Amino acid sequence: MLRSKLTQAACAAVQRTFSTSPKVLATKQLTVRDALNSALDDELARDERVFILGEEVAQYDGAYKVSRGLWKKYGDKRVIDTPITEMGFAGIAVGAAMAGLRPVCEFMTFNFAMQAIDHIINSAAKTFYMSAGAVNVPIVFRGPNGAASGVAAQHSQCYAAWYAHCPGLKVVSPYDSEDARGLLKAAIRDPDPVVVLENELMYGVAFPVDDKVVDKDFVVPIGKAKIMRPGKDITIVAHSKAVETGLLAAAELAKKGIEAEVINLRSIRPLDTATIFASVRKTHHLITIENGWPQHGVGAEICARIMEDQTFFELDAPVWRCCGVDVPMPYAKTLELNALPRVHDVTEAALKVLGGKAGKAVAAAK
Amino acid sequence: MALIQKSIKLSQVLGRRQNIKLLWPTTTSAKTHFQRSYTSVPSAQFPGANAPFVNTLKLTQPEDFSPIPIYRVMNSDGYIIEESQDPKLEKEVVEKMFRDMLLLNTMDKILYESQRQGRISFYMTNFGEEASHIGSAAALELRDIIYGQYREAGVLVWRGFRIDQFIDQCYGNDDDMGRGKQMPVHYGSKELNFVTISSPLSTQMPQAVGAAYALKRRPDNDACVVCYFGEGAASEGDAHAAFNFAATLSCPVILFCRNNGFAISTPSREQYRGDGIAGRGPAGYGITTIRVDGTDVFAVYNAMKAAREYVLRENKPILFEALAYRVGHHSTSDDSTAYRPAEEIEVWNSVEHPISKLKRYMVHKGWFNEEEETEFIKNVRKQVLKQISVSEKKLKPNWREMFEDVYAEMPEHLLQQRKELEQHIADHKDAYPLKEFKQ
Repeated sequence: MLRSKLTQAACAAVQRTFSTSPKVLATKQLTVRDALNSALDDELARDERVFILGEEVAQYDGAYKVSRGLWKKYGDKRVIDTPITEMGFAGIAVGAAMAGLRPVCEFMTFNFAMQAIDHIINSAAKTFYMSAGAVNVPIVFRGPNGAASGVAAQHSQCYAAWYAHCPGLKVVSPYDSEDARGLLKAAIRDPDPVVVLENELMYGVAFPVDDKVVDKDFVVPIGKAKIMRPGKDITIVAHSKAVETGLLAAAELAKKGIEAEVINLRSIRPLDTATIFASVRKTHHLITIENGWPQHGVGAEICARIMEDQTFFELDAPVWRCCGVDVPMPYAKTLELNALPRVHDVTEAALKVLGGKAGKAVAAAK
Repeated sequence: MALIQKSIKLSQVLGRRQNIKLLWPTTTSAKTHFQRSYTSVPSAQFPGANAPFVNTLKLTQPEDFSPIPIYRVMNSDGYIIEESQDPKLEKEVVEKMFRDMLLLNTMDKILYESQRQGRISFYMTNFGEEASHIGSAAALELRDIIYGQYREAGVLVWRGFRIDQFIDQCYGNDDDMGRGKQMPVHYGSKELNFVTISSPLSTQMPQAVGAAYALKRRPDNDACVVCYFGEGAASEGDAHAAFNFAATLSCPVILFCRNNGFAISTPSREQYRGDGIAGRGPAGYGITTIRVDGTDVFAVYNAMKAAREYVLRENKPILFEALAYRVGHHSTSDDSTAYRPAEEIEVWNSVEHPISKLKRYMVHKGWFNEEEETEFIKNVRKQVLKQISVSEKKLKPNWREMFEDVYAEMPEHLLQQRKELEQHIADHKDAYPLKEFKQ
């Protein structure tokens, strides 16, 4: 019941995103959903060992239709519907990976993966180490992560910090279609366990992509961030849907004459500190945005890494974290909206971080 | 109905294949009870169940079902009860069984003491369950993959894991195949198809089913997975997941429950209310089930042979329950006399002990020689004690290995951390016991 409601809510949310998201005009458009779907299709075709399992992934095409058409194309052996037991099919996937297959384990949402977290952390992430390299677990755990829309506390939370805490795992968090396709393909080919944190609200969003992205061998390297927009005044680091918030904030700031550099992390673990440090050495100011909670979050980790590095001395002002409010996600729509960092939160933070410099930039722009 | 018919078919097939008449399935009273209670009303066709309608309300009680019988071959005196059930193993095979059981038992006693003396941090003995390890391992092929819980050292003994390998693992030295990365008794051997032991209870169960699924996908597969677990572990959610997935994915896996009566201090009567773990198989999960006397090495052997043939032929799971008694304490962190009478333990440690039973069998056969046994135990003791002193003195693995095997390729931050540690140790050589580590 809850799940079907959730799916409906998600569909409604996706439709809402369709109508409100910025329209990007380009010759070739690809939705995040299709990017993921084509990545799975490519890898199923490329490697006989790859198979998908999860709830509703086969005949129903996936709760969010990410595996659409794959069961028809590859059959029961490669796309498997399982009973509703997260710890069960996560365990099955770990065992199959230990025995040489390359499972892609879909969680209907990462909220439900809490039931399976023992397999993800205690088994998938640690077995290679505990067996002294004898048993590796090439596996992908994927599914929507982060706040959805109108599904309240138990279905709206970001697991980036949870999984990124654990050695042995790799954690990626795609933002757009290029990320989604390239990171998922890289994750499936990776010899280590990879957690792919997608965002439900992004599934229906189309992004322009060039030819290289749709190439069969296109992969985005795990552990490398991407500069989405160059700038010299302030660095904005974000992942997943928060990249959109960062880009919109950068556009606002540009109107005030402030050139923000927006970094899309793409990978949470390993974290591409080199790209962040290089940017901070240039801009001397930093804001992080994430839809997760502040304590021990991705932004907190970035702050710590900077303080442990010479880059700390490059900062002209303290780092500012824009995070989700430190409460379980409220259900009321207005509260929900305000519980996540919004564009104006970021622009205000930027003005505060820049202090007097912002004033000068504004004056110059006028 | 369908289930019962299937289990009857199994017994006929097994009986034919092995030329051994299995006693239990056809005598199960569940079928007769079934026919008596629900008469001549046509079956309903709901998607969720195929069962007859009844016109009077009836509560189905646990007592309405007879317990699944316990298959045994030998009695306590070591005599074969039904001639047709004698596996008629060669003298050499029986001697290997006996010696492997003795070796395990002797090694356990010494390593247990070595933990008590503070030489290793942890140990778990296998006392009382030697027959279920050796009997089951003997019926398998080396290519069959083992997922153990933590009390299955006998399976490794049968497969040829050596005394030095056991002890090097417990001491985490440079010859430990696990490179000192795991607690004692967390053995693993790729060569022997024994997956490294993982501490969290029951996680090995769905993983074993997943591995069986991978085997099933291989063309001309001729291997199965055997997953050992305790009756306490069967209360974990993972156990349910494993049973249900094994059934629905139709995997060649033998889910082997070592029901030794105790989960640390919790006796099985407080662990569950139904008919043991076996009782959950046929009606609960739709899994073909076998229950045996786990102190009777031949019963375990016969049943395991039949189970292996079945899972490979049918590509379906088997639930296997071996009943025994955990004679030892749970682990070195436990003293079991606090929750069970010493006299009870004594019975299981003497008359009912699996080694004693096999010994009596060998005496009747004229295969037993008291002197040889004493000599063998003396030898094993000597070997184990010597190995402990050797293993203790061996160097620990190179400390740099701490950073290895986290990922297939060492990431930048770990390379950097290792470099920092190297520099730190170079600067403070005298503060660290570097001589104890391999360079």
